[in-house]
Amino acid sequence: MSEHTLHFKPAEGFRARSKAVVDSPFLRQSFRGAMDFLMSKRAAQFPDPEELESLRSLGEAIRQYNLAKLPDLLLQLESRLTVNGIKVHWAETPDEANAIILGIVEGHGATRMVKGKSMVSEEIELNHAAEAAGIEALESDMGEYIVQLANEKPSHIIMPAIHKTKEEIARLFHEKVPGVDYTDNVDALIQIGRNVLRRKFLEAEIGLSGVNFAVAETGTLCLVENEGNGRMCTTAPAIHIAITGIEKIVEKLEHVPPLLSLLTRSATGQNISTYFNMISSPRKPGEKDGPEEVHLVLLDNGRSQAYADEQLRKTLQCIRCGACMNHCPVYTRIGGHAYGTTYPGPIGKIISPHMLGLDATAGLTTASSLCGACGEVCPVKIPIPELLIRLRNEAFSAPQAKPAMRGQGAGHSPLISAIWRGWALVYRSPALYRAASWLGSRFGWLLPAHQGAWTSVREPLRPAPQRLRDRLKERNKA
Amino acid sequence: MTNPTPQARRPADVYFFATCVVDQFFPDAGMDAITLLERQGIRVHFPEDQTCCGQPAYSSGFEEEARRVAAQQLTLFPNDWPVVVPSGSCAGMMKHHYPTLFAADPARKALAEKLSARVYELTQFLVEVLDFKPQDCGSPCTVVLHTSCSARREMGVHLTGHKLLGELAQVTVARQEHEAECCGFGGTFSIKQPEISGAMVEDKVKALKATGAERVVSADCGCLMNILGHAAWRDKQEGRAPSLPGEHIASFLLRRSGGEQ
Amino acid sequence: MSARDRILGKLRQNAPSTVRSLPDVAAWYASHRPSETADARVARFRHYIELAHAEVYSVSRGDWTATLHQVLKARGIDRLLVAEGTPHGELALDELPPRGVECSLYDMAIEAWKSELFNATPASLTAARGAIAETGTLILWPDEKEPRLMSLVPPVHIVLLDATKIHNTFHEAMTSEGWADGLPTNALLISGPSKTADIQQTLAYGAHGPKELIVLLLEGEA
Repeated sequence: MSEHTLHFKPAEGFRARSKAVVDSPFLRQSFRGAMDFLMSKRAAQFPDPEELESLRSLGEAIRQYNLAKLPDLLLQLESRLTVNGIKVHWAETPDEANAIILGIVEGHGATRMVKGKSMVSEEIELNHAAEAAGIEALESDMGEYIVQLANEKPSHIIMPAIHKTKEEIARLFHEKVPGVDYTDNVDALIQIGRNVLRRKFLEAEIGLSGVNFAVAETGTLCLVENEGNGRMCTTAPAIHIAITGIEKIVEKLEHVPPLLSLLTRSATGQNISTYFNMISSPRKPGEKDGPEEVHLVLLDNGRSQAYADEQLRKTLQCIRCGACMNHCPVYTRIGGHAYGTTYPGPIGKIISPHMLGLDATAGLTTASSLCGACGEVCPVKIPIPELLIRLRNEAFSAPQAKPAMRGQGAGHSPLISAIWRGWALVYRSPALYRAASWLGSRFGWLLPAHQGAWTSVREPLRPAPQRLRDRLKERNKA
Repeated sequence: MTNPTPQARRPADVYFFATCVVDQFFPDAGMDAITLLERQGIRVHFPEDQTCCGQPAYSSGFEEEARRVAAQQLTLFPNDWPVVVPSGSCAGMMKHHYPTLFAADPARKALAEKLSARVYELTQFLVEVLDFKPQDCGSPCTVVLHTSCSARREMGVHLTGHKLLGELAQVTVARQEHEAECCGFGGTFSIKQPEISGAMVEDKVKALKATGAERVVSADCGCLMNILGHAAWRDKQEGRAPSLPGEHIASFLLRRSGGEQ
Repeated sequence: MSARDRILGKLRQNAPSTVRSLPDVAAWYASHRPSETADARVARFRHYIELAHAEVYSVSRGDWTATLHQVLKARGIDRLLVAEGTPHGELALDELPPRGVECSLYDMAIEAWKSELFNATPASLTAARGAIAETGTLILWPDEKEPRLMSLVPPVHIVLLDATKIHNTFHEAMTSEGWADGLPTNALLISGPSKTADIQQTLAYGAHGPKELIVLLLEGEA
């Protein structure tokens, strides 16, 4: 069992955190504006619905094909990477992954690490582990850098600082970066970040990155980015450590172009990112730059649990574009931090239970109206609403002898289950339903004016004095 | 997903699955939908033993309870007639989820698949099967249409409501900001996450009202319950007369095209 | 048992029994990205990379160094990092110094001059291996002569691209050139200058890599 502890259980306090955002007109407006922007950018990238649908189907087929062969592909990847000179490490838990990474760092007597954007490194909370070991782990993606300066976590998997205004960032830089005057000019702010981080790229011994696609047949790690910090982290320091979830693998190099196209167009509405960086080996003899050592850490952290179930396996099709959160009316109302999980939004709600257990995340499964916007835009057709329903089922059913998931039944309440059993008893029996609905129509006016959460923002519900079936009967008699 | 039921011949008979919400809370909508169909020369059959499609339990994660209730509905439609449902969300449940709900029960699965193939959402049936073109007899007015997420994304019938309203010569259909966004109902979601659901319906009502439309119409009474319930609550809070009336699209279409006669 | 064995064991135990057929990626591209004429490819490449804020100059094989010189002069740059031993690098070495541009060389391992590269190298010239019309993308395969950081660290990156090497799509580039048979240490796609929109979705160029990307597009007879 992992010793790894989260700072809090995400589902606890979720309602309080989401209420705090919902109650702030400023935050509401800010998230709405950001999501509208990202939605319109994506829409502009897919003017042809047929092309979009066929490309999504291809993306889904590629992900499902590769997941079906996952164990074989992991071995193929490992052997190709090893031949290419890249060292492969395996970690079942975040603690194991941190130990591997810090072991490499300490093995080289290094103390300075620059990080490219990696959600998996957030997932294992590498920065905490590094800090505890006396190693500087500096985020270099502008958004991540801002969030780290503010001592926060990313609130979006693609746009980490989307919750911050430029004025907030201006104050932050002024307060935290030595010698910086207040400016809210975005170009000037980026220039400040560039100057600070260039020094760090120059000095750091270790560069850490994530991986967008790992290609088994060639032994290649692919990274998508716009800023160039990913290239810096993977080229300038002497050691490059990449970390990825075990699912991010494709067998064929030719699987990459469609997925890349889906990723950048869905994520930020770009037809391609500024950089697509394909790394297949450390520096070869004669080459003048690039790291002397490249490592890949393959992390499980609950992914094998999702893999074990045919339906839940679809969760692993994800290519982390974030379109589901951009289009989610819930995310738009509450932003990413309210979720309390590394991955927020719809994808967070379906992947986090495998990482953290349903005991920590059961409540999050209810934070969806099942409107289907996430599934509609998912570039690899993950049926997110269907998976949410499945997770609700796992969370709220009575604990089973052979559960499909860690924490199955954690949200189980004998009372709620009894209510649903009672509901089913009435609604499966036409006679009982007729009796109950007749009572409702006659005595509905007796229902209280306060109907719990419903009436917090709505008028109470009152059954009509005559049901449709009564009206029909009357009419047909006449 | 978009998978419209194939065009059927114009039938002489249809089943009407009212849904529990219409039966108990919006009987006018049910009556008006039935009248609309009958005026097209169709015999409408209302199976007396219908209760609920099972969706509330299904979407809350109580699949077994949903299955028990759904199994009862499977027995209601012995003839090969279309089943018309005045709700995209209940139609979506019957069309798309019944077959998987009974995946492990071959006999019921076969029934569910046969049923699935002939389930229609009301506006879809009016447009795709009946080619209904209502003649407008009313005076000029502006309405705004809210299409439920299930109608839009599960049934793929987000255009049929607009098509029907578009036939009404004197009716202007206003378009609201974020038209495709959920109203925040989501069944038990509205009770389990009242803050988020409340924010969503607040924004939806604001967007609907910002169009200046005189009323909102929708083909889903769940959404109407939420939207109209919030609008009325807000009016009461702010001490003003009701500012956003609304009704099922069937009632509006019937009235505009000559009433019950 | 190692973490590797445990992970693989769990996956193997639960791997699906049915193998899916290999997705036909080529068929999708054949039906959705019909091949274009060379002129259309050039136009499309140019359109997209310019949209991404790169500057493109049409140059001829005889006089591209003149354009290069103008580009540098317009920016007040008098120092250019070039690759010794490449045809374009040698030509720049011959023709730029007489016009007042000093050419520096990436002639030793980065460790020996990292600080100079980061702090005193305003611009670089590299060739592109090819390009992609669909997205306005340059393909670079850095090597011993043109190392990886050359196209990343200097604030101005100038790229020489032969217009006949523009492919329709990324997929076409990798399949027609047989990339799957062997990739270099680092293969790169570059589609504009470095940028970020991480502050309030406001686009800013020159985040960490080059602030300017300039393409010298070689057209006409070889």
